[in-house]
Amino acid sequence: MSARIGIVTFPGSLDDRDAARAVYLGGAEPVRLWHDDAQISGVDGVWLPGGFSYGDYLRCGAIARFSQVMDTVKAAADAGMPVIGVCNGFQVLCESHLLPGALVRNAHLRYRNAPTRLRVETERTAWTRAFEPGTEVVFPAKHGEGRYVADEAVLDELEDSGRVVFRYADNPNGSMRDIAGVCSEAGNVVGLMPHPEHAVEALTGPSTDGLGIVASVLSHLSEGAVR
Amino acid sequence: MTRQPLNVAVDTVGVATATPDEKQPWAELGLKDDEYARIRDILGRRPTQAELAMYSIMWSEHCSYKSSRVHLRQFGQKNPKTPRLLAGIGENAGVVAIDENIAVTFKVESHNHPSFVEPKQGAATGVGGIIRDIIAMGARPIAVMDSLRFGDIDHPDTARVLPGVVDGVSHYGNCVGLPNIGGETVFDPCYQGNPLVNALAVGVMPRARLQSMQASGTGNVVILLGAKTGRDGIGGVSVLASATFSEDGDEDSRPSVQVGDPFEEKLLIEVCLELFDTGLVVGVQDLGGAGLTCALSETAAAGDGGMHVDLELVPLRAKGMEPHDILASESQERMLLIVDPANVENVLARAQRWGLLATAIGEVTDSGRLVIDYHGQTVVDVPPASLADEGPVYERPFTEPNDLALIAVDRAETLPRPTTDDEIRQTVLDMAASPNLCDKTWITEQYDSSVFGNTVLGTPHDAGVLRLDERSGIGIALSLDGNSRFARLDPYVGAQLNLAEAYRNVALTGATPIAVSDCLNFGSPEDPHVMWQFERAVTGIADGCQKMGIPVTGGNVSFYNQTGREAIHPTPVIGVLGVIDDVAKRIPLGLGRTGDTIALIGTTREEFSGSEWAWATHRHLGGVPPLVDLDHEMKLADLLASLAGNEQIAAAHDLSEGGLSQALVEAIAHSGMGAQILLPEGADPFTYLFSESTGRVMVVIPRGQEQAVRASCEQRGLPITPLGVADANTDGLHLRDHFDIGREEILAAWKGRIAEKLGAQGAAG
Repeated sequence: MSARIGIVTFPGSLDDRDAARAVYLGGAEPVRLWHDDAQISGVDGVWLPGGFSYGDYLRCGAIARFSQVMDTVKAAADAGMPVIGVCNGFQVLCESHLLPGALVRNAHLRYRNAPTRLRVETERTAWTRAFEPGTEVVFPAKHGEGRYVADEAVLDELEDSGRVVFRYADNPNGSMRDIAGVCSEAGNVVGLMPHPEHAVEALTGPSTDGLGIVASVLSHLSEGAVR
Repeated sequence: MTRQPLNVAVDTVGVATATPDEKQPWAELGLKDDEYARIRDILGRRPTQAELAMYSIMWSEHCSYKSSRVHLRQFGQKNPKTPRLLAGIGENAGVVAIDENIAVTFKVESHNHPSFVEPKQGAATGVGGIIRDIIAMGARPIAVMDSLRFGDIDHPDTARVLPGVVDGVSHYGNCVGLPNIGGETVFDPCYQGNPLVNALAVGVMPRARLQSMQASGTGNVVILLGAKTGRDGIGGVSVLASATFSEDGDEDSRPSVQVGDPFEEKLLIEVCLELFDTGLVVGVQDLGGAGLTCALSETAAAGDGGMHVDLELVPLRAKGMEPHDILASESQERMLLIVDPANVENVLARAQRWGLLATAIGEVTDSGRLVIDYHGQTVVDVPPASLADEGPVYERPFTEPNDLALIAVDRAETLPRPTTDDEIRQTVLDMAASPNLCDKTWITEQYDSSVFGNTVLGTPHDAGVLRLDERSGIGIALSLDGNSRFARLDPYVGAQLNLAEAYRNVALTGATPIAVSDCLNFGSPEDPHVMWQFERAVTGIADGCQKMGIPVTGGNVSFYNQTGREAIHPTPVIGVLGVIDDVAKRIPLGLGRTGDTIALIGTTREEFSGSEWAWATHRHLGGVPPLVDLDHEMKLADLLASLAGNEQIAAAHDLSEGGLSQALVEAIAHSGMGAQILLPEGADPFTYLFSESTGRVMVVIPRGQEQAVRASCEQRGLPITPLGVADANTDGLHLRDHFDIGREEILAAWKGRIAEKLGAQGAAG
């Protein structure tokens, strides 16, 4: 039986279908989860997709943090369940304090969409263990609020503990220390701005590197270990 | 003067009957003497304020097509019969069958004037409006495209309008979650005071889910779904307010451009699709221009009975709105549903689950009348068809512009040309850097292109390609094109050239063109010269579609794009939809692999009138446009579909603005490869590189397929000329015996121009 990955739909989620496709193509079973339902149906992992949850009129991810499903997701993450947040999902994870730092307006003040080269900085997370550290992957980045910021102490702590997961090769938004993605202390929670779910088919994406994300979580779940 | 409390007695049908001589501001509302008289005739009394507002809106040019209708009939008369057409002109959007299960709906519409007044919201609500037309047919919107026209890139106002418009298209499309798969951006001083924002949306549905706008079934409930109704976009009807408010009541004026909320629209999409899939609605109509007035009268007129509405039930977001305000409001993100009473509770619950407002406001009746009450008093009682279908029809006079004969003899073929190799080399670079030909990444990178994961080809390809079915691989191609300079020189030929270009661009992906949607942007219909341009362009499109066997399925007309006496060039913008059996076999832009043959299909003539070269280097517009040959275009499309299906072609590119020179620049820039080109013996390099003879494509043929491709061309009587080879080791363009231009020099000329001109931040983007 393949692993079940829950994909949360908030009102305003946009990449939920794409995440489901990526999970399916990667060999896992996508399960749809609803923002207003605390039940997460016995899933083995959770994917918070991109979009504009609740319109994101306040601050990206600020409302989603208070949804029913996030209470359960937080508890599950604390207990070690693999959770990934992509783009708006990353913003939700930061707002929920499952990950440190914040995502603010791009330095150039525009929404920008382009295939983006990233370096995988660590394989010691539930979502990157199938990659060799230092591997370069290409995912589309598309956001207006993707500049990763945190205070110097937090950034140093992230660097020292190996929790910078992805770094931009050509920083597209002014993120501090070129950071594109980070993880929790235990490595089970990962957030990144670029979209692995849009890089799973040669026909439609700039690469198929995104399949490595699903392969990673499958490997993590089958071996039952993080670090 | 202090304002009186708003305690105005409502103008009811009873009051109207009792006060037949009450003065009414019909002229200020844009109605003519005879039109007002006809309203009185229809009703047998004077109209109430609310009725007068409704007639003035529904009988406006925008809603009634009163100037264009006599000409648009040609589409219906000349449209080729095709079993693919499931819904056509007159519906919210045309629907065509893709296979036995899937149908696609698409439409292009303008939002020009609002985008000049308030660029961001004008453009954003243009995108929102066309998306709701797609939903109303029963489809899930799956992509948008945008065709944008601005004044000179150096004009200071362009730096206000362009970034705002792009931000609006970007913000709305990105937040509602639709990929933008292509379009165009054109600069010309004729659009200085009248920028054009034309947006296309496309949606897909199971054929059985096709929805109707009919309010049928006596007792069925009328439900308003989505945003609250406010004062935004009331526009012209505010003249009624000034009659009742204090005379200096400026505090009541609101911006006439509506404000969009893409998040609300995203919820509308999801709720409507859920309701369609569960069979819970009998009829559906979007609220766009003319708001409730249009939606109520159109659904009632399309049904078999009448309708009763209690207007005070409409949820409002502004205080003190009167019946005519509520009826005229153009608040965005609203839909009207007709629902069986047994399903009402279910419909309301499903809307609530998504956090969307849904309110029963009335019911379908068998009275044959549209009756609207406000707190129990009847303010509207009219035959709905008199609003929706029986508006005035004008036979406006039209005459050929006097200057056309003079323009025709002022041929660009007589302009001074570059002659030396150095001059021609510089012209290649100058053209690549010119506003209309330079790289548009600064614009297109602000658009999401990948959401849904079905975008197989997007910008900067000649057409966008979307996968519809992951198992079968079937998909569609869409192109949106205009060339108003050709249309200015000869609107009949120019419109056909536009049609041919969009058709060719779809064919270039390997798809087979099957249907057309058009957006006709013109000056004032009250000017007989503009009306002549309009008549010629419509006839050109109708004749062209008849000839090529593809129906016009819908579209829109935008008149009054002029400032004072200066009208824009006639600007038909044409969207062509094609179907491709297997998107994996689509033909991309590029140069294939090293050793592949680069060839040109079609005939290059000395044709420069209306060309980008004449405009960019001489600011010249004169002569007659290039020859259009629709037979040839059809053979070319047939050839490309065959080559794509047999996988005998590695890449292809349309030759249009900027000719072969620009096609090579773009193919080199996009592929990262180089091209070694040897022009045919005796060919004049300038003509070969910059002529805009149409019906031409540059193809890249994989090794070993040259004979087969040549045979396929000869079989169809299509001339093919080998031009050279693709080569990863060649740096940029090598034009043998003439000159070389390195890749870096090409990119330096072509990229970064838009940001530089607009003085925008992030020029490196």
